Amino acid sequence: MDFNHIILFLYAAILAGVPLLYGTLGEIIIEKSGNLNLGVEGMMYLGAIASFLAAYTFESAFLAIIFGFIAGMLGALIYAFLTVSLKANQNVTGLTLTVFGTGVANFIGERLKMTSEAGTVIVSDSVIRSLLPMKLGALSDIPVIGKLVFNHSILTYLSILFAILMSLYLNRSRLGLNLRAIGENPSAADAMGIDVNRYKYLHILFGGGLCGLGGVYIALVTCVGNWQPNIIGGQGWIAVALVIFASWKPLRAVFGSLIFGALSMLRLYIPKNIIDIPASIFNMLPFAVTCLVLVISSIRMKRENQQPAACGVNYFREER
Amino acid sequence: MQKEDRPAMIELNNLSKSFGKVKANENISLKLYPGEILALLGENGSGKTTLMNMLSGIYQPDSGSIVLNGETVKINSPKDAIKLGIGMIHQHFKLVDVFTAEENIKLGSRGKGESLSARSLIESLNLNIDLNKKVYDMSVSEKQTVEILKVLTRRADILVLDEPTAVLTPQEIDTLFNTLREMKKAGKSIIIITHKLEEVLAISDRVAVLHKGRLVDTVNTEEADRFSLTEMMVGRQVDLDIKRAKTVPGDVVLSVEGLTVHGNEGNVELDKISFTLRAGEILGVAGIAGSGQKALCESIAGIQPVTSGSISLLGERIDGLSPRQIIELGISMAFIPEDRLGMGLIGSMNIPDNLLLKTYRDEKGPFLKRSKARKEAEELVEQLSIVTPGLKTPVSKLSGGNVQKVLLGREINLSPKVLITAYPVRGLDIGASMTIYDMLNEQKEKGVAVLFVGEDLDVLLALCDRIMVLSSGKLSAIVESRFATKALLGMKMVGMTTDKEDEYVR
Amino acid sequence: MLGRFHLYVSQRGEVSKAQEYTMRILALIAALIAGGVFLLLLGFNPFEIYATMLKGALSTAGMRQETVKLMIPLCLTSLGVTLAFKMRFWNVGAEGQICAGAIAASYFAYFHNHLPQEILLSVMAIAAIIAGGLWGMLPAYFKTRFGTNETLFTLMLNYIIGFFITYLREGPWRDPEGGFAATPRFLKQARLPLVNFPGVGNVHIGCIVMFVVLIWTFFYLKYTKQGYELTVVGENINTARYAGMPVQRIILRTMFLSAGICGLVGMLQVAGPDRQLTDAVANGRGFTAVSIAWLSRLSPIGIAMVSFLFSVMEKGCSMMQTDFRIPASMSEILQGIILFCVLGGEFFINFRIGRIRREA
Repeated sequence: MDFNHIILFLYAAILAGVPLLYGTLGEIIIEKSGNLNLGVEGMMYLGAIASFLAAYTFESAFLAIIFGFIAGMLGALIYAFLTVSLKANQNVTGLTLTVFGTGVANFIGERLKMTSEAGTVIVSDSVIRSLLPMKLGALSDIPVIGKLVFNHSILTYLSILFAILMSLYLNRSRLGLNLRAIGENPSAADAMGIDVNRYKYLHILFGGGLCGLGGVYIALVTCVGNWQPNIIGGQGWIAVALVIFASWKPLRAVFGSLIFGALSMLRLYIPKNIIDIPASIFNMLPFAVTCLVLVISSIRMKRENQQPAACGVNYFREER
Repeated sequence: MQKEDRPAMIELNNLSKSFGKVKANENISLKLYPGEILALLGENGSGKTTLMNMLSGIYQPDSGSIVLNGETVKINSPKDAIKLGIGMIHQHFKLVDVFTAEENIKLGSRGKGESLSARSLIESLNLNIDLNKKVYDMSVSEKQTVEILKVLTRRADILVLDEPTAVLTPQEIDTLFNTLREMKKAGKSIIIITHKLEEVLAISDRVAVLHKGRLVDTVNTEEADRFSLTEMMVGRQVDLDIKRAKTVPGDVVLSVEGLTVHGNEGNVELDKISFTLRAGEILGVAGIAGSGQKALCESIAGIQPVTSGSISLLGERIDGLSPRQIIELGISMAFIPEDRLGMGLIGSMNIPDNLLLKTYRDEKGPFLKRSKARKEAEELVEQLSIVTPGLKTPVSKLSGGNVQKVLLGREINLSPKVLITAYPVRGLDIGASMTIYDMLNEQKEKGVAVLFVGEDLDVLLALCDRIMVLSSGKLSAIVESRFATKALLGMKMVGMTTDKEDEYVR
Repeated sequence: MLGRFHLYVSQRGEVSKAQEYTMRILALIAALIAGGVFLLLLGFNPFEIYATMLKGALSTAGMRQETVKLMIPLCLTSLGVTLAFKMRFWNVGAEGQICAGAIAASYFAYFHNHLPQEILLSVMAIAAIIAGGLWGMLPAYFKTRFGTNETLFTLMLNYIIGFFITYLREGPWRDPEGGFAATPRFLKQARLPLVNFPGVGNVHIGCIVMFVVLIWTFFYLKYTKQGYELTVVGENINTARYAGMPVQRIILRTMFLSAGICGLVGMLQVAGPDRQLTDAVANGRGFTAVSIAWLSRLSPIGIAMVSFLFSVMEKGCSMMQTDFRIPASMSEILQGIILFCVLGGEFFINFRIGRIRREA
C-alpha cells in the first residue's frame, strides 16, 4: 500500500464525511435547544429532492443549495410546530418526519422518472461542475496538503465553516449561551426573560436547513445529480449517532464525521492482504464506540459532555 | 389595616387565582413601598408562592390588577416582569447546572449597557462568590447568591424571595439578611416569603399574613409580636366538633429511637427523633411543611433509607426491610402529596385496580384476581359513600374527597397494625373531612395505632390523643392534646421555647 | 400572537372519552383531506385514488394475502414495542431486536437443519425470542443501573446488529454457490408452513402467531400481575415504589418480553417470506411500529386496526403505481400526514387556548 493510496483514501473519507457533518451539525443545534429530532434522515431527503428539482429546473447550483436549505427548514417547521407549539411527543414526531420526508423525496423522484420522456432524470453538467472540487490557486498545488485540504467542493468548505461558526456561536456568544440554557433548563432561561419558544423555533429551523444541505451534497455531489431511490440510505441516522459521538460539540463533529466517513470507505481502500477485517465490522465500529460513549458518560456523570438535560422534554411554563 | 400616604411602588388589587376547583388566592390586595422589606407570612398552602408567581409572570391572575408606579400593568411572562424591574428568586433555584455563576448571570441579557456589572455588585454588597465556579459545585447558599446577583444585575427594583432561608444554615441566614439590608439601603423594595416568625421580626418592616388563600392583615413589624403573628397565621382557635374516640391505649406497637434520615443531597431531614405509638391511639404530627414529615413517613415505610437510629414494630426491628416486607408486617401508609395522586394511586386506573396495588401479590398464580377487588371496591363505595359514576371510572376523574377516601379505604382494608396517614383531608370540604376523621376514629377503636400527619392545628387538637411537633427535622415537643393550645403548637412549630413548657409537654 | 391579543395556553382539566375520540376522528379526517389536496395538486381525483387503494389492497384473495403478509410483522412489532412504551421505556430498537431474532433463528436454520421441521421451527422461534430479548435487555440494564438514555442506546444497537448481519452475509454465512454475497436459501424444513385462510388464501403460519400474540398481549396487559406491574411503573414510578414493587426487575423483564416479541418477528420473516437472512429483514418496521403503537394509544386491538390500515395503505399504494403511475412512496406520505394530524390533534385534547387582552 503506497502513500498515494493513503492520500486517496483520506480524500475519499472527507468526501463521505461531509453529508454526515451537515446532518450532525443540524442535529446538534436542534438538541442544544432541548429538542431531540429523529427526523434528520427525513430532512436530508427533503433537502436532496428540493435541490435536485431546483438544479434540474433552474440549472443553477446556487438556487439548488438555497432550495435544499429551505426544504430542510420546512421539514423542521412541521416538527417545530408540532413539538414546540403543540407539545407533541418528540420521538414520534421525529420518526414521522423521517417517514414523511423519505416518502416525499422518493415520490417526487419516482414521479419525475415516470413522467420524463427519457425515463431518466439527470441534472445538467453545468450545475454539477460548479459543485466539483475547486482549486484554491497556489494552495492547491502544495503536495499532499493541497490535494487533501485545498481541493474540495464549495459545500465541503461551507460545512467546515458552519462547524467553526457554530462552535463560536455556542461557546462564545450571548445568544449561544441563552440557547444552551434552554436546552439544559428551560424554566431557568424563561425566568431570565429568554423567549424559549422563539429560540426553539429558530434553531430547529436552522438545524433543519443544515440537514437539508447534507441532502444537497448527497444528491448533487455524491450522486452527481443522478437521482436514485433511497438516496440518503440511512446517513441521517448515522448523523444522530454522531451527535453523541461528538458529545454535542461542533468541532468534534468534524473529526467524528471524518472517522465515520473513513470507516465507511475503508473496505475500498484496505488491501485484503494487510488487514483482513470485513468491511461490515468497520462499519459497525463507530456505532459500538458511540454506545460506549453513551454508557461511559452516564456512568461518569460528567455533566458537560452529556445530552442537554432538558432534551426530549417539551416545555410548558405553567406545569405544576 | 394601616393607612399609608406614601406612593406605593407596586399595588396588587384583588388578585384571584384558582387551579381547577382549588382557590389558591382570593381577592388579595397588597401594597409595597420603596425601600422597605415586606414579609409575606403564612402556612404551607396559604397561597404565598402563587401570589408571587403572578407578580413574576409565571401565572396569570384570573381577576384583579397589578399597578406599578401608578400604572396598571399586565405581566404576561417573566420577561415582562424583568422589564418592569421585578426580580423573583424562586425557592427551587432556576439555575443552569453546567454553567458557571457568571454564565447564569449573563443569561438573557442583550448587551453590556443593559445590565450592571456583577463584580461591582459583589463588591458593594460584600458578597462571597466565585463567578467562575460551576453551579453543580456550589453550596446552596452560593446558588442563592447567584440568584440574587441575577436579578440585581438586571436592575430589579423589586425583589421577591421565596423561602430564601429554608435551606440555609444560621450563619448563612445572617449573611443573607445583611445583604438584604444593604439592598434596602440602596432603595430596593423586597418581599420575603417565609413562615419563620423570628426572621419576620428580625428583617421586615411590615408583615402581610395569608391564611388559606386570603389576606388576614398587614401590620407594621414593630407593632407585632410572635403571639399576634402566630394567631394570625394559624387562624383563631375554632371548635370543629370533631369527636375524639375514647379508648384505652394499649401496648406500644411502633417505637422509634434516635431516627436520623438524610436526604439525597446529604442534608439532614430528620434529626434523632424518638417516640412511641400505642395501639388504639392517634398520634398527630404537626409542623410547618418540609419539617421532616415526608422523611418520617417514608423511613417508617421503608422507602427512604435510615441513616441511624432504629424503628421497631412490636419489638422487632424493621428498619432496613424492603417496603414490601414492611407492608406485609402490617404497616400501611396513605400519603397524600400536594398533587394528591402522585403517590399511592394511579390516576388512569379505576377503583378496583387501585385497590389491587398492595394486595395483588397475595393471590397465587400469574393472573390478577379482580373479582375480590371489585367486591371490596363496591363495599368501599357503599361504606364511605364515594361518589363515582361507576367502578370503571378512572380515579383521576373523581373529586378530591373521593380520591382520598379510596386511598385511605384501601389502606384500612389491609387491616394494618399501624396506619400512617399524611394530609388525608388535604383540599377537602368539611363534610368529606368529617368522613375521613370518622374512619380514623373507627380504626383507633379497633386498636390500630394511627400516625396522623396534619396541617390544620384545630383538627390535630380535636382528633389526636397526643401531638408531636416537628421543627426543621427535630422533635420539638410531644404534647397531650387535651392540655395543648393552638398557640403552643404554633410556637413549637417555629422552634420557640415557652415558659410554661413543663405543664403540658411530655 | 401579535398585536393586541396574546394567546394563552393552559392545561385542560378533564376531557371525556367521547370528546377524545371525536378529536382523533377529526384529526384522521383532516389527514385524509390533506392527502386528498396533495393528490388534487398532482392532478388526480382523490376519491378515485382512495377507492383504488382500497381495491388494490383488498379486492382479490391474492391482494388480501399480500396485505396480510405485510401486516404480520408490523402488527407483531407494534405489540412488542407497546409493552415497553406502556412502561414509558422508549424502545426504538425494535429494528435491531428483529435482526437479533433473525440471526439466532437463521443459525439453527443453517447449522441444525437435520432436525425435523416442527422441532427445528420451535427451536428457531425460541432462539429468536431469547436473542431478541437479551439484545433489548442490554439498554434496559444500563438504564436501571446508570440511567443511560434508552432512546439513543436502543437506536445505536440497531446499526451494530444490522452490520453484523451484513458481516454474516458477506462472510461466514455466505452462500458459496451464489454469485452475489448472499446467504443461502433455507431448506424446506426451516420454512414456515402455509395455512389456508378462507377468503385470503395461503399465508404462512406467522398469521396465527400474530393472533396468538395479539390475544396474549391483550390478556397480559389487562389480566396478569406482571402486566399490572409494568403499567403502574409506567404511570408513576413513585407509586410503584410506595407499593413495594421491584421496579428494576420489572423494567428488565418487560424489556425482555418487548424485545423478545420483536425477535420472534425476525424469525417469522426469515423463515416466512424471506426464506433467507437478508439485511432488509427489519426494513424500517421497527420505526413504523413506534408510530403504530403510539397511534393506537397502546391498545392491542387498536394496534391490530392501525397496522391493518397501514398495510392496506402500503399494498394499495403499490397498486397505484401500476394503475396511475403514482409512486408507491405515496404510502409513506399518507402515513406521515395521518401521524402529523393526530400528533397535532392531541394538543387540543390536553390543552385549551384562551386569549388575553394585552393592554400595554
